[in-house]
Amino acid sequence: MVKGARILIAGLLCAAAGTALAEGARLMGAPEGSKFEREASLLRGARDFANYCLNCHGAQFMRYNRLTDLGLSEAQIKDNLMFASDKIGGAMTVAMSRKDAVSWFGAAPPDLSVEARVRGRDWLYSYLLAFYRDDKTPTGWNNLVFPSVAMPHVLWSLQGTQKLVESEYEDQEKAEAAAIAAKGLALVEPAPGGKFVVKTLAEDVPGTLSGAEYKGFVGDLVNYLDYIGEPAKSERINIGIVVLIFLGVLFALVYSLKREYWNDLH
Amino acid sequence: MQRLLTWIDDRFPLSKLWEEQWGKYVAPKNFNFWYYFGSLAGFVLVLQIVTGIFLAMSYKPDATKAFDSIEYIMRDVSGGWLIRYMHSTGASAFFIVVYLHMFRGLLYGSYRKPRELLWIIGCCIYLALMAEAFFGYLLPWGQMSYWGAQVIVNLFSTVPFVGDALGTWIRGDYTISDVTLNRFFSFHVVAVPLLLLILVAVHLMALHEVGSNNPDGIEIKKQPKDPKTGIPLDGIYSHPYYTIKDLVGVVFFLIVFSIVMFFMPDVGGYFLESNNFIPADPLKTPEHIAPVWYFTPYYAILRAVPSFMASQFWGVLAMGASVIIFVFLPWLDRGAVKSIRYRGPLYKSWLAVFVVSFLILGYLGTVPVTVWGQFTGGWADALDTKDRATWVARVLTLLYFLFFLLMPWYTTRDKTKPVPERVRW
Repeated sequence: MVKGARILIAGLLCAAAGTALAEGARLMGAPEGSKFEREASLLRGARDFANYCLNCHGAQFMRYNRLTDLGLSEAQIKDNLMFASDKIGGAMTVAMSRKDAVSWFGAAPPDLSVEARVRGRDWLYSYLLAFYRDDKTPTGWNNLVFPSVAMPHVLWSLQGTQKLVESEYEDQEKAEAAAIAAKGLALVEPAPGGKFVVKTLAEDVPGTLSGAEYKGFVGDLVNYLDYIGEPAKSERINIGIVVLIFLGVLFALVYSLKREYWNDLH
Repeated sequence: MQRLLTWIDDRFPLSKLWEEQWGKYVAPKNFNFWYYFGSLAGFVLVLQIVTGIFLAMSYKPDATKAFDSIEYIMRDVSGGWLIRYMHSTGASAFFIVVYLHMFRGLLYGSYRKPRELLWIIGCCIYLALMAEAFFGYLLPWGQMSYWGAQVIVNLFSTVPFVGDALGTWIRGDYTISDVTLNRFFSFHVVAVPLLLLILVAVHLMALHEVGSNNPDGIEIKKQPKDPKTGIPLDGIYSHPYYTIKDLVGVVFFLIVFSIVMFFMPDVGGYFLESNNFIPADPLKTPEHIAPVWYFTPYYAILRAVPSFMASQFWGVLAMGASVIIFVFLPWLDRGAVKSIRYRGPLYKSWLAVFVVSFLILGYLGTVPVTVWGQFTGGWADALDTKDRATWVARVLTLLYFLFFLLMPWYTTRDKTKPVPERVRW
């Protein structure tokens, strides 16, 4: 009973450890883009996902031939996107075993099939922009949005490197105001002596892409992750519109029928 | 056709059953907005059963496959996403219509004599519905499924002396496991739906025996009968009048339901929690465990009650009492009138207090107790917790119970208005 009660209390007070501060970094909004832009963005995202992510991260619930949703033919998918599998109906899995992954990185890279539904678009977008050099970590990289993450900055050659900028403030209020004024990724943390430190990022060494190009690249990946999180989403919305029109007409009919019947009551 | 019906009627009371239960059932003619939710609850029950049948065709109640099978339904089964979203949205919709249906009872005193038993059967349906939702929520086998079930089963483990054994008995294991998943599946798809259907049938039979209440709380059965039609002056036949009116309600409901289901099935994490897209991991407790919104008022009550004599059991008792206390309403209410239309200011104020408490408790149950920060200052050191939200929840919990416990007092003293002979509509 004592043990059960302890788990219960842990469950009840699970959030007690987190203060209002520990909610994490201020995120940046992932750009939505118009419907037309989205189609092109999804194709780029599919290409970049297969090239940069799919070596370590699988998407085990996503089948290659589902990408025909995006307007690709099966031949196009086979020729351009299938490096890890030869079955068009196969799932996007990776060859790396969980055990190897744990011994190499300290944690197995998570499957990304529904990652967008867990984290949300803005988190993913910010996360991929938030890597910086940190000599204290095993990989030499750290992340402002996901501190001490085991993943190294795979996209560093594209983005270049960033360094951490810390500025100290007397109280929380001033620190929060500075974080908002930074207009980008910023993390407020308590510092020794009752002070608060605001952590932001600054470019160190440029990469092969410009800042705007890299943001576009990450935006494409986020769109793609969002799509594989729920491939039926656009179908859902399209059917929804038709269903609502039908129900609207049905409502008008049923309502006038009701008035007709109820007319003789007084 | 007529000959076939006669043939059946000679062997089974089909026409009689139809006429008694609906066809010739006389209901008051002044039902308003609040009277849609009974038929809507029945509609959602059917929706859940039908979509549930289709989901069970592809779902696998196996700890290693359950999570994957849901994603399989969402991606590879034709129309699977639609069926799944109907079922997940339907679960929340069920609670919304049932809460509104129950609130109707509070507004118009529908639980009062002679409808006490009808009300109690309704409370049993509500309890069965909570069990159904709880068992069903484990099935997707995500992190929230797993840890939510863990927390709720551990509530039973706080029972003095037999708690541990009780917890193990419910789980069938020392922890939530494949065994638990299988039995919860069995309860969710067979035992509880069967119970629900029986209870709903009994609820309807009891209703059609005593007759419906109405927004004026007037007993139409006591009225003189119309000399022409032979039914009470303010009564009308359910069929076709309420058949067609409820149909309008169903179509309107479907419009709202479709807006949610097609355009925002997660409802910002309230209907489908984002953490539940992470497969269950017994070794990794999520930072913040919150039940789905329909349990949160009770969860907030559970968290509000401080532990006493090193036991959390008091919170569990309070939570249980807050659900069971509805059963006693017919005897707690001593008012001279039934309907809110003729009640005095005391009942109206207390009802408002109750609704506000229920809603704020519901909100507080979804967020960490630290949401409103902590009390500062030396005096706060004397408190067992400095979290402001916990103290607000304690006050609201007290008010929640006072609505019921003080009811005999304030309903007797209330200044009521005279009830007219005929219904207003």
